[in-house]
Amino acid sequence: MAGAVAAVLGLLLLLGSAGGSTGPPRDSLREELLLSPLPSGDLAATFQFRARWDSELHREGVSHYRLFPKALGQLISKFLVRELHLSLTQGFWRTRTWGQPYLQAPAGAELWVWFQDSVTDVDKAWKELSNILSGIFCASLNFIDSTNTVTPTASFKPLGLANVTDHHLLRYAVLPREVVCTENLTPWKKLLPCGSKAGLAVLLKAERLFHTSYHSQAVHIRPICRDASCQSVSWELRQTLTVVFDTFSIGQGKRDWSLFKMFSRTVTEACPLASESKIYVDISSKTQENELLEVTPLPLSMHEASVQGDRRTYAVYDLLSPSLFNVSRSLNVQLKWKRPQDSLDLSTPVLHAQRYVSGYGLQTGEISTLIYNTHPYRAFPVILLETVPWYLRLYVHTLVITTKGKENKPSYIHYQPAQDRRRPHLLEMLIQLPANSVTKITIQFERALLKWTEYTPDPNHGFYVSPSVLSALVPSVIAMKAEDAEQSPLFTSLFPSSDGSSYFVRLYTEPLLVNLPTPDFSMPYNVICLTCTVVAVCYGSFYNLLTRTFHVEEPSRGGLAKRLANIIRKVRGVPPL
Amino acid sequence: MAPCLPPAEKARGKRAALSFAAVALVLGLPLWWKTTETYRASLPYAGISALGSLRFQLTVPVSVVFAKGALPGAQQRRLPFADTQEEERLLNPKTSVTSRYETTYRSATATEQAALAMATVQEADAELLLLQEDSLGALTVYVIPETSPLLPQGVGVYVGKHRSAVMRGTQGPGDVLAAISARVQQTVQAMSFTTDSITTALSDRVPMDQLGTDTRRPFKSSLGYEITFSLLNPDPKSHDVHWDIEAAVNSYVQPFLDKLGSVANFSVDSQILYYAVLGVSPRFDKASSSFILSALSLPHVINPVEARLGSSATSLYPVLNFLLYVPERVHSPLYIQDKDGAAVGTNAFHSPRWGGIMVYNIDHPAPDKAPLPLRVDVDMVRVMEVFLAQLRLLFGISQVPLPEEFLLESPGNNGLTDWELDRLLWTRTVENIATVSTTLTSLAQLLDKIGNIVIKDDVASEVYHAVASAQTAMLELASGHLGSAFQASKEAVTSSERAFFDPSLLHLLYFPDDQKFAIYIPLFLPMAVPILLSLVKILREAKQSKKEPIKTD
Repeated sequence: MAGAVAAVLGLLLLLGSAGGSTGPPRDSLREELLLSPLPSGDLAATFQFRARWDSELHREGVSHYRLFPKALGQLISKFLVRELHLSLTQGFWRTRTWGQPYLQAPAGAELWVWFQDSVTDVDKAWKELSNILSGIFCASLNFIDSTNTVTPTASFKPLGLANVTDHHLLRYAVLPREVVCTENLTPWKKLLPCGSKAGLAVLLKAERLFHTSYHSQAVHIRPICRDASCQSVSWELRQTLTVVFDTFSIGQGKRDWSLFKMFSRTVTEACPLASESKIYVDISSKTQENELLEVTPLPLSMHEASVQGDRRTYAVYDLLSPSLFNVSRSLNVQLKWKRPQDSLDLSTPVLHAQRYVSGYGLQTGEISTLIYNTHPYRAFPVILLETVPWYLRLYVHTLVITTKGKENKPSYIHYQPAQDRRRPHLLEMLIQLPANSVTKITIQFERALLKWTEYTPDPNHGFYVSPSVLSALVPSVIAMKAEDAEQSPLFTSLFPSSDGSSYFVRLYTEPLLVNLPTPDFSMPYNVICLTCTVVAVCYGSFYNLLTRTFHVEEPSRGGLAKRLANIIRKVRGVPPL
Repeated sequence: MAPCLPPAEKARGKRAALSFAAVALVLGLPLWWKTTETYRASLPYAGISALGSLRFQLTVPVSVVFAKGALPGAQQRRLPFADTQEEERLLNPKTSVTSRYETTYRSATATEQAALAMATVQEADAELLLLQEDSLGALTVYVIPETSPLLPQGVGVYVGKHRSAVMRGTQGPGDVLAAISARVQQTVQAMSFTTDSITTALSDRVPMDQLGTDTRRPFKSSLGYEITFSLLNPDPKSHDVHWDIEAAVNSYVQPFLDKLGSVANFSVDSQILYYAVLGVSPRFDKASSSFILSALSLPHVINPVEARLGSSATSLYPVLNFLLYVPERVHSPLYIQDKDGAAVGTNAFHSPRWGGIMVYNIDHPAPDKAPLPLRVDVDMVRVMEVFLAQLRLLFGISQVPLPEEFLLESPGNNGLTDWELDRLLWTRTVENIATVSTTLTSLAQLLDKIGNIVIKDDVASEVYHAVASAQTAMLELASGHLGSAFQASKEAVTSSERAFFDPSLLHLLYFPDDQKFAIYIPLFLPMAVPILLSLVKILREAKQSKKEPIKTD
């Protein structure tokens, strides 16, 4: 009996797999726009485009691409990449006034890659990969080398399906100096199956996107479970773009906004290839009065979710539902505040941090990091990652961590000292943050002297130190229920959620700008000239001494006085002298 | 100088000045020379300049086998014997090609006789393959009696799938050998190379006016190629296009590429691009109620599309693009018109050294009947036929014009016969050697011109290897070993490219002269001026002291 059942099951499975190979498309696309008013009155717009491909990328031979971009797919299969995360950011996410970000990225370029364990020379693969990415995204990622690459041990865990956690396969680099502009946005848009021709991507108009306080575009590639049983792997490409509009300056002092005001475009259709295309508007308010704001057109449905320890309500516009475009041909989401809000209730996020450099003179200095835990009653640990370039020589014995006036001993510390011109300092610590506290971490450094070719073209601008990274499981105030990743909106599903009581947050602090002692760059030539002159003068006198012949010369006719005297004597008829 | 100086003192001054000059010359100059010298390994300049003038000698081993009854008795007795024909063609003062056919004539062995007695010529061809040793470039021509039923009526020469041909002999009292020799020559040229195909391969060294338009079509010889099939769907709202490219590649393209595996490395991939439109808008033709792309507008089609195609991120090989374009609903059906205004049968065109484009029209059911998007499954057989033909053209595998009595066996499943592969190898070998010659000559010129470039030992060894391999390839060509000649030429190309593109050659290239002098002059000028002045003075004095005795006489 059991055998018969198994046979029938097997047959069913076979049929299922046969049907699956021809029937539904093996790849799917979801697009999503999240509009969330920030506590400060600004507006954050987060685009997410997710291409999911039920295929094994790491296989030899022919590769056939549909929605997944060919360039990235080839990269994954050639360099045996397990996970790739690249972000290009202009501006800084102000956590204190803007609240917890869904996806923060450090200013400049950030790249972190997990390689497969079959890669033999990870450093070589990393170097080639960053060079090729630099070509694909028109960014200066080719400047990633051993002096700014680190291998963190605890901060960056794979976000996707992975059983390998050998951190030797991980490489992480930040280029804080990188400037992000249209030339980086265009190749990013080209990776979208619909380009900027249809769907939400029509809103991506470079002219508006770079007229913002914060612009961050990212590419995340990771393997995920194909289904609930997780027998096979699918690949996910997530392209995200976050911009923060200053609504005060756009809306002439009003906080009201509309899609057209921000992007100078409206949405007319969904991308025909997308299986899901939605706009979410965050309409939750702190107070219970929901009538505070008004969204037009009326949303067709609402979505309630607990995001980052907070219960939130979203108005949802499904671009694929035919009723949406029945009334008007284009969708222009508008939000109006019913009465002017003068007092903005700035609720500080549970975890935030800031960093600065202090000290005077050009010899020593101090890096201070302040980490705030504003949770009223829960303490939680945080992993801090510091990457400091080699030309700032850190003194680990000066590392001081104080909380509420007392010393705070980190429970885990990993320090890799720098090697001049080879690798940067890496400092990773697991620090316990007591409830409602400020933790101050200071470490002193000495500034090194660079060789004169190592200075940047504008050395007096200063040298950037990449932001430190804070990763924490923050306990949430409310209970959250775990949701199915495939069903929930994209903005909640990049980081794996552990359980209902806490949520994962990764924060980046400000990048630092440190002045190094800058020499006068005409100095080498001056030195050469001066030395040569000294040598020439010494040589000249020496030469004169040796080659001239000296002899005592009899005065022949004497000076002017004698000649005058002789003339007078001649006139007088007296014999000359 | 005052004449009253003691002569000893005067001589000391002179000697001091001279010794300064001597120290500067003997010690200072070599020291300066040695410390500022750039390292330049020696290069085989003689070998490179010898490669500059290419005298190709291409030897084709041919054996002509006479079946029983194909020759009259008197001539039969003369077998076996060998014969060599040479023909030289001067392409330019530095390039010449000598084609040399080493022909051996013999009579058929018993097994060959049995094979030739089979029912059809195809079976005979397959049977004869087993009897030949498999060597690239060597050809066999079987001559059968005129009355033999092996060849169909009206067919004089049958060229098989492999490296052999069957030829109908002539009956008659005259010299049979002389009568068939012209046809043997024609067959052998068709199966190996003609001077035209070699000229095409050497197109870089031949003036433009000597070449036809077809010569610029094939891709340049390279060690590898990327083949990309792209499906362009500019209107995904109305068409949901599917193609089973994976199966199509496996059954049509892969066998062909496997056959070419010895020539180059290939990688195949495919992609689907949405909202990718052609650069020109087609013209509406009322008569046929269809849209027309005229041949004149085709050059403008490719550029806008190419921006979307994306080059391969992971390799440096040239890319062959094959695009299947499904026109938008408002622009279909779309037809390509040639220069005379007639519709092109395949609805496809190719661009030299770039790839091919095929327009695939979709039959639209009456509007409002089918919901949009319309699901379309592409007929891959029709598409692949066109792409495979274009692929052959782009690789330079084209047919030689032959008289009607020639029957060519179709290449079958592989898409390529053995002798076509040989033809490709002949031209590729010649092209590779010419490329090596050009690369090395320009490298030598560059290094000769700019003395600042550091030549490292590994660059020099690559150059030596390239020269040696190119010479080997020439020798192997002359002795008729096509396979080893091709391998050697490939190695030569690899080495020469590696030497030419070595990054170490760029290091000191841009160290300008004015900076050098700005640094040297503060030191050299004050040191050199006193030495030179005192030398001049010593010379002048020496001249005067010679003149003085004459004056007193």
